[in-house]
Amino acid sequence: MAKITIDGKEFDVDPKLTVIQAAEQNGIEIPHFCWHSKLSVSGNCRMCLVEVEKMPKLAISCATQVTEGMVVKTQSDRVLQARKAVMEFLLINHPLDCPICDEAGECKLQDYSYKHSIGYSRFDENKVHKPKRVELGPNVMLDVERCIMCSRCIRFSDEIAHQPVLTFTQRGTHVVLTTFPGTKLDNPYAMNVIELCPVGALTSRDFRFRSRVWEMSSTESICIGCSRGCNTYAWVRQNEVLRLTPRLNEGVNSYWMCDAGRLNTFKFVNSKDRLNGPLVRKDNELVEVGWDEAIARVVSELKGFKKSEIAGIGSPFATNEDNYVFQKVMREVLGTKNVDFVSHIQEGDEDDFLIRSDKTPNSTGARIAGVRPGEGGLDVTKIISGIVDGTIKALYVLEDDIAQDPGFAAALENLQLLVVHSPVLNKTAEAADVVLSCSTYAEKNGTFTNFLGHTQRIRPAVATQEQDRARDGFAMSRWDKFASQNDRWGRPIKKDARPSWRILTALANAMGAKLRYASSEDVFKEMSERIGTLRGMTYLRLGSLGQKVTEVEKLTPQAISA
Amino acid sequence: MGHNGKMIRKKDLTFLQKSYIPEILKGMRQTIAEMFKPKFTFRYPEERFRPNPSFRGRPVLVQENEVERCVACGLCSRVCPALAIEVQASETELEKERYPIKFEINMVRCIFCGFCEEVCPEEAIVMSNEYELVFSSQEEALFGKDRLLKSAEELKPRLEFLRLNR
Repeated sequence: MAKITIDGKEFDVDPKLTVIQAAEQNGIEIPHFCWHSKLSVSGNCRMCLVEVEKMPKLAISCATQVTEGMVVKTQSDRVLQARKAVMEFLLINHPLDCPICDEAGECKLQDYSYKHSIGYSRFDENKVHKPKRVELGPNVMLDVERCIMCSRCIRFSDEIAHQPVLTFTQRGTHVVLTTFPGTKLDNPYAMNVIELCPVGALTSRDFRFRSRVWEMSSTESICIGCSRGCNTYAWVRQNEVLRLTPRLNEGVNSYWMCDAGRLNTFKFVNSKDRLNGPLVRKDNELVEVGWDEAIARVVSELKGFKKSEIAGIGSPFATNEDNYVFQKVMREVLGTKNVDFVSHIQEGDEDDFLIRSDKTPNSTGARIAGVRPGEGGLDVTKIISGIVDGTIKALYVLEDDIAQDPGFAAALENLQLLVVHSPVLNKTAEAADVVLSCSTYAEKNGTFTNFLGHTQRIRPAVATQEQDRARDGFAMSRWDKFASQNDRWGRPIKKDARPSWRILTALANAMGAKLRYASSEDVFKEMSERIGTLRGMTYLRLGSLGQKVTEVEKLTPQAISA
Repeated sequence: MGHNGKMIRKKDLTFLQKSYIPEILKGMRQTIAEMFKPKFTFRYPEERFRPNPSFRGRPVLVQENEVERCVACGLCSRVCPALAIEVQASETELEKERYPIKFEINMVRCIFCGFCEEVCPEEAIVMSNEYELVFSSQEEALFGKDRLLKSAEELKPRLEFLRLNR
């Protein structure tokens, strides 16, 4: 350990660290643009200059290693003056187009202009003009004029995405960020450069101009694109998810997430195809009905089948709580042992970084929750053959489009009763007798367990009809707080949907059971009491970053016993 | 008011004062004199008040060469103390890159403070000289782009006033 003094305080730090790292570990912020804890040191922005005693000039703290007895000053007059000078140089050619820049509001250069610059410009000459609206790849847009040449994106592409296609050309103020001829920034992680970019040079083509950042609320959530379960923020305006951004969690995804997860996992939440209330088949057509009628219909129909004629398909897309209540209702209320779920594995579509071939967030969770055949019960393949040969007559499907599976697609016609929980009218729902419109992951509380056993919370970001942002403790933007009925923006579209655990609880109670779950937290409490691998977990302890389940290596389908 | 809260009435009025006649005559004199002075009221609605450029009437969007100046930055919306303005941006091929695909002012919320005009980086929203606002429903008070856009020529006095008083 090395003893160093920063701003008059002594710290014991690892001698391998640089000054900026040592300061960061001890809660002292040194302003910086080009340095990033996950990227190599570049040292070109000069913003992190600090004064080190016995060094004649100011040193860049990102590339200065800690030494025994080092005395660092981050707030001396020389440092402050240098910072102002660096800011002035950076702003010379930076356009004053914050009003039309997507980064405004979450821009490092903007923040530092308030904190560290002189507040006005002494530059009367013309700014250098460079290419704007450059399509770097399918998902990333570049405005070279805004670039401050920090090279974070270049280092990210080289070192983390392993697609070295970005580079600088020209010199001095004429430096231009560009791709090598004939290449595009199109790696599966390309959009991470958008958050890395400290200014608005790199922006998302998908989110471009959709909203100003201060108009949205952000809610901690989890990506449902694969079994990694990357931590995300869901950004919502007027009850609509507009973008997902990665959230730091060193145990799961660090700062990153893949483009597929970022772009493809939220649009269905606000799609026009969302169901608005349950549907029931009448005269061979699905008709919108109320919840009571739909549930009464399911109850009366289910009573007409023997226990062994009923099967339940759980879902790796559903939360642990939904799956738990599902298997409990199947086993204890309907009395069937035929409970399993369908895996969605795309062989080959994986890498050694984040992307997994299992395209669901919660296979491990579904297994832990007990969605697997009981003793002598049927698994998925046997359920399919059972439907085909007529021994299975009623099927209850939780939040999964099983008709995508050709085996199921062919078999569904044979069923006498098909009940489906679904947020949209997918193929399975189209074939169903009763469709119960369930909430999406963005509308409910719950937990997912990723392939490593990391159990993480999701929180509601979009309100359904039964929810109210203020009453139910949602993240709220200024618009949400002050909306009235007279404002068009105060009347966002809310869908009539309910979380699956609630629908199942209502169903079970209509059949004479006495389930007393008032919230998903109640369900999780019972799970943590009854399921060994979840012991000791509570929503409070899971917090923002989640916890790993115990004995994760034993989580084979057979080994987990409730 | 005197002691114990009792009213003390002045009792030394003269006869003439008690008759009110001199006071009535004084009043009549004033009235008749006013009758021959120039009027400053208007015979509304046949005659209308034309405010000078410093007047803050309803906010409008400036249109120039068939296009709104607005770049949908949303600063007016952010600064509006009454949350009257809703803007939705979209991309345009023009140099300004973005434009408001939707721009709505809730005139029931608007308090005519002029902050939107002050904050606008493009001089795209200005306070017009229009003060006649009548609605028969809440919905009618939501002014969209169709009712907000006004040509720069029409708004010239206000734009010049703003330039002089910046």
